[in-house]
Amino acid sequence: MAVVSDKVNLSSMPAVRRRTSPAFDQGFRWASYGSALIVLSVLAGIIGTMMYGGWPAFREFGFGFITSSAWNVGKDQYGAWVAIAGTLTSALIALVIGVPISLGIAIFLTQLCPPWLRRPVSTVIELLAAVPSIIYGMWGLFVFAPLFAKYVQMPLTSIVEGMPILGTVLYARVPSGVGMMTAGIILAIMIIPFIASITRDILDQIPTVLRESAYGIGCTTWEVVRHVLLPQAGVSIIGAVMLGLGRALGETMAVTFVIGNANRLSLSLFDPSSTIASRIANEFNEASGMQMNALLALGCILFVVTFIVLALARLLIARVKTH
Amino acid sequence: MSTIAVDTSSAIGNAAAADADVPVRIAVKNLEFYYGDFRSLKNISLDFYDRQVTALIGPSGCGKSTLLRTFNRIYSLYPEQRAEGQILLDSQNILSPSIDVNELRARVGMVFQKPTPFPMSIYDNIAFGIRLYERLAKSELDGRVEEALRKAALWDEVKDKLRQSGMGLSGGQQQRLCIARTIAQRPEVILLDEPTSALDPISTGKIEELIEQLRSEFTIVIVTHNMQQAARISQFTAFMYLGELVEFGPTTRMFMNPSKKQTQDYITGRFG
Repeated sequence: MAVVSDKVNLSSMPAVRRRTSPAFDQGFRWASYGSALIVLSVLAGIIGTMMYGGWPAFREFGFGFITSSAWNVGKDQYGAWVAIAGTLTSALIALVIGVPISLGIAIFLTQLCPPWLRRPVSTVIELLAAVPSIIYGMWGLFVFAPLFAKYVQMPLTSIVEGMPILGTVLYARVPSGVGMMTAGIILAIMIIPFIASITRDILDQIPTVLRESAYGIGCTTWEVVRHVLLPQAGVSIIGAVMLGLGRALGETMAVTFVIGNANRLSLSLFDPSSTIASRIANEFNEASGMQMNALLALGCILFVVTFIVLALARLLIARVKTH
Repeated sequence: MSTIAVDTSSAIGNAAAADADVPVRIAVKNLEFYYGDFRSLKNISLDFYDRQVTALIGPSGCGKSTLLRTFNRIYSLYPEQRAEGQILLDSQNILSPSIDVNELRARVGMVFQKPTPFPMSIYDNIAFGIRLYERLAKSELDGRVEEALRKAALWDEVKDKLRQSGMGLSGGQQQRLCIARTIAQRPEVILLDEPTSALDPISTGKIEELIEQLRSEFTIVIVTHNMQQAARISQFTAFMYLGELVEFGPTTRMFMNPSKKQTQDYITGRFG
C-alpha cells in the first residue's frame, strides 16, 4: 500500500539548477543599464550639437532671428519667421481638416460600425499610418497637385478675385497646385490615422455602462457622443490631437514635395511657402558658414516646439487611464 | 421554517396590496430573447403591477437582467441581440418597430449596477435628461432638479455644490444621483439592475429606503442577487432559472411558501 506524503528527501534530488556566476548577472545588469544610457546620451548629443551649431546664428541675429522674415543667402541675412509661420500654418490646416475626420472615424468605429466592418476599417487606417512619407509626397506632387490646381485653385481664384479678404487668402497667383494649402491637406491625410486610432482606443476605454445609461435616458447617438462620451474622454482627445500636431510640425519629405519652397511670406494659402523642416531639407546639402548655423538654429526651434507639443500630448493622454 | 428574515409587518401589508385589484402596468407575453443563436429567454409571460416593486431573482445567467433590458429596449444597441413576442406597456407593444426608442427610454428609466454619473456638474446630470424632452424656463428647470434630488434623498447633501462635478460624490451618492436623473424625467417605470451591488451596506440601506418611497409614484422592477433585499423591498417576486420563469407571486408567499421546489431550494440557499 502506497503512502502519500508531502515530505521530500532533498539530498536525494538531482541538482536541476545549474549555478550561474554572480559576475554574469552583474554584467547583464550593466549591459541593460548601458542600453538605456545610450538613448539618453544620443539625445543629449543631438541637443548639444544643435545648440552649439545654431548658437552663432542666435548670437548674430539675436531675437530678430525668430521675427525676421529675411532669408538671403547672398547677403548672409537669415530670419526664421517665414519657416516658423509656414510650419504653424500648414500644421494648423492639417488639424482643421484632419481632426473632425479623425473624430468621425473614431466615433464610427466605436459606436456605429457593424462588428464585421470594424476590423477591415481599423486595418486600413493602420495601413495609412504605415505608408512612407515619401509616397505621400510623390502622390501629392504628381497626382493630387495637378487635380487640386485644375478643380479647386483655378475655379476658386476666379470666384474670389477682387473680394476683400477671401480675394487675398484664397487667391492663387500661379495656380500650380503646390503651396501651403496642398501641404496642409497632405499633412491632414498623414495625421488622420494617428488621431483616429488613439481616439478610438480612448473611446473604447469608456465603460459600456456609461454609454448605456446615456442611451437609457433617451439620448440619440449624437447626444451620447457629444454630451457624454467626448466630455468623458475630454483632455485625452486633445492629447491625441497634439500627437498628430507633433507629427505635422516635423513632417519633412511630403511637405518638401508639395509646399513649393518659397522664401517669402504670402497671405494666400494657395501660394508656395516653406516650413522649418522643408527649408532644412532643401538647403542642408549646399550650406556652409552662417547659413549652416542658421539651419541648425532652425532645427533647435523645431526641436523645442515639437518636444513641448509631444510632452503635453503624453501628459494629456495619460490622464484618462488614471480615471 | 423560512431561513430568510422578512419584515413581517410590511410583508403582510404587501400581501394585502397583492390581493387587491392592482392594475397591470407591463404585460410580457410569450417573450423570447436571442443573443445571436443562443436563446436566453424562453417563452416568458409575466405581469408587472402598477406602483409595485417587482424583484427578479435567480442565479447568474438565468436571464433576469436580459428580461429587464428588454423593457427599455437597451439591448437594441447591439445588433446581434433580438427579442420576439410582446411587451405591452399601457397596452402598447414596445417591441414594435414603430416605437420611438428614445421616447420609450424617457418613459422607462434605468439605473445600472455601477453608478454612472455623466461628466458634467451635479445640476447638469439631472437637467440634461429633462432638457432632452422639455423646453423649460431656468426657474422651472431649477425646480425640477431640486424636486428630483429631494425625491432621491440627495438634496441636502448636494444643495451647496450643484455646480461641482458629479464624479466627486461618493459611490452611494452617485447612485442616488443616477436615480434622481431617472426620476427627473418623470418616467412611468423604473428599472433597477442590481443597483446596490457596488455599494456598502449603509448606502445600500439608503437606496432601499428610497425605493420604498418611490413606489408611491413609479412602477419599479429590480434585479437583485440579494435574497434579503428582494424580501425587504418588493411586493412581487419572479424567480427565473435558465431563461425560464419558474415561479411568480407575491413576495411574502414566494419566500414563506413557494410552490416549486426549485424556488424553495434557491431562496434557502441550497443552490445558485
